Amino acid sequence: MVSIWFFIGISLLVNGVLIFGAGLYEYWHPPALEGRVQLFELHAGVWWGALMTVIGAVYCYYFKPGPKKI
Amino acid sequence: MNIPYAFIVPARLVHLSTVDVIIVVFYFALVLAIGFYLRGRANTGEDFFMAGREMTAWVAGLSFLSANLGALELMGWAGSAYQYGILATHWYWIGAIPAMLFLALVMMPFYYISKTHSVPGYLKLRFGEPARAVSAVSFAFMTVLMSGVNMFAMAKVMQIVLGWDINFSIWVSSLTVAVYVTLGGLRSAIFNEVLQFFLIWAGALLIPILGLYEAGGWSNLKLQIAQRASDQYVHLWSGLGSFTDNPMGINWIGIVFGLAAVISMGYWTTDFLVVQRILAAKDIRSAEMAPIIGAGFKMFVPLIVILPGLLGLAVLPMKLVPESVAAATGMHSYNDVLPLMLARYCGPGLLGLGITALIAGFMSGMAGNVSAFTTVWTYDIYRPLINSKGTDHHYVNMGRWTTVIGVLISVGTAYLVMQFASIMDYVQALFSFFIAPLFGTVILGMLWKRATGPGGFLGLLCGTLSSVGMWAWVKADPSALRYVALSPHAKALAQDMFQALWSFLVCVIVTVVVSLATKPKTDAELTGLVYGLTKVPSVGNIPVYQKPIFWAGVVAVVFFVLNIIFW
Repeated sequence: MVSIWFFIGISLLVNGVLIFGAGLYEYWHPPALEGRVQLFELHAGVWWGALMTVIGAVYCYYFKPGPKKI
Repeated sequence: MNIPYAFIVPARLVHLSTVDVIIVVFYFALVLAIGFYLRGRANTGEDFFMAGREMTAWVAGLSFLSANLGALELMGWAGSAYQYGILATHWYWIGAIPAMLFLALVMMPFYYISKTHSVPGYLKLRFGEPARAVSAVSFAFMTVLMSGVNMFAMAKVMQIVLGWDINFSIWVSSLTVAVYVTLGGLRSAIFNEVLQFFLIWAGALLIPILGLYEAGGWSNLKLQIAQRASDQYVHLWSGLGSFTDNPMGINWIGIVFGLAAVISMGYWTTDFLVVQRILAAKDIRSAEMAPIIGAGFKMFVPLIVILPGLLGLAVLPMKLVPESVAAATGMHSYNDVLPLMLARYCGPGLLGLGITALIAGFMSGMAGNVSAFTTVWTYDIYRPLINSKGTDHHYVNMGRWTTVIGVLISVGTAYLVMQFASIMDYVQALFSFFIAPLFGTVILGMLWKRATGPGGFLGLLCGTLSSVGMWAWVKADPSALRYVALSPHAKALAQDMFQALWSFLVCVIVTVVVSLATKPKTDAELTGLVYGLTKVPSVGNIPVYQKPIFWAGVVAVVFFVLNIIFW
């Protein structure tokens, strides 16, 4: 049976990649000043997306389908 | 004339970009995929209703916590933090942690070794059929109505936050829940609750991080709140000496005895919606560890709920107002604080994740309600009262059909609330009537072997009726609150606390008096059900750091330290 943690990994990985990509796009193509969120200069999407991607990838690898999973 | 809620439509709070929509759609696809994947593992009653009783402590614990971590809970308590300050944290700390530890160490062994399918099922074993019938019917009825109320409220939120059509939100979310719970049963609900737990943290944790950065740290935040509101907004206990010294209009007696000792104990130890997740644990150690793991994480939920509300007080440029004022003026209400903070800091992608977290919270809450309703209907109403001779396969089919019917009743309730908004207040009040007396009945049943069937049944009935009576009294004459809550300065929240306390006491007194006047069960009949007559199985010969009692102690120490820090 596929572990629940594998599904968590998939969710974090896919969402992380999407958020990281959107963050990078905004980094290279910043919106107009009136369209920016507060603390835009911190580029939270880039580092939060990267963090989620890494955690998701680790979960996917560690809990990939196979025997003796939760 | 009441204006139907559906027609009050303020401007939407946020606009989703393409990547946000992709994230939301991906969530729906993933939960349906999980449901289809698990459909082959829900063929027996144990599989469908109890998830095969094979959940690990972590899965059961996170699911136990998630079942209570709905979107309305998140937004409601963030709004309460904006309105009342850090006092709202009491519902996460003293109003949860002691009860969760009590469930783990004292009550869980009885639930687990009795192999009951539900809390009403335990009442049947301990007090007989009448007590089970009262508990099961009231729980099933109220659970499915609450599910509908929450469904409507969430659809309303989606309309306000995203501008989504209210019918679209109701039908898409309810059909998705119906599909994955019908296919995978409780296991599917639990898997999605754990998924929701991660999504909520991933989607909401950025708000306090960025908010504290903008506010200049916790010390500066406290100064700003003191200037814009009051110094009492950042103290947990120091203003609870009297009803007038704190923004909530409550005192420490209401918090300690009403909230912590009765309401919280009742909810976390007898509400089958949350207890069902623990009953699915694979062994006694997992069943005891699960609430402790839940308690450990529960202590930190204020980071993503209360702190955003406090930050809203300091950094939001506009002043938020009560719901009634917001509806009349078009201003933002207290309950909008979390979406407002989300929109303040989260750009494309992050916004989609935050919105997905809210949707996931709502859907898993609904799945929790529906799966609990299905189990209680099938095992505690249909099987004993309507058809006791069905096969296991028959009851599983009944469970699947009940899931669909439960969802449809919820949808019907949602539309009813849409036309008659006041129903929402009545349903929410009704739900609170049962919790405190039920706790009195269950705890006496577990700890006092002299409690009898008639005592348990009449205690539950009288406690519930007294709760209804107090509520109706205050509804008819609001000044009666001074008697129910013992002070003319008490506010609405204090009523809930004291009403629970009195109804619990009525339940206990009636149970004790009637039990002493009726014939007790023999010790042999109570083995496995009552403390002192039951050999609680050992968690095994394991190192101390793996024992539930050790981790309960760790959680308790952190709990006390946190309360002292924010005194």
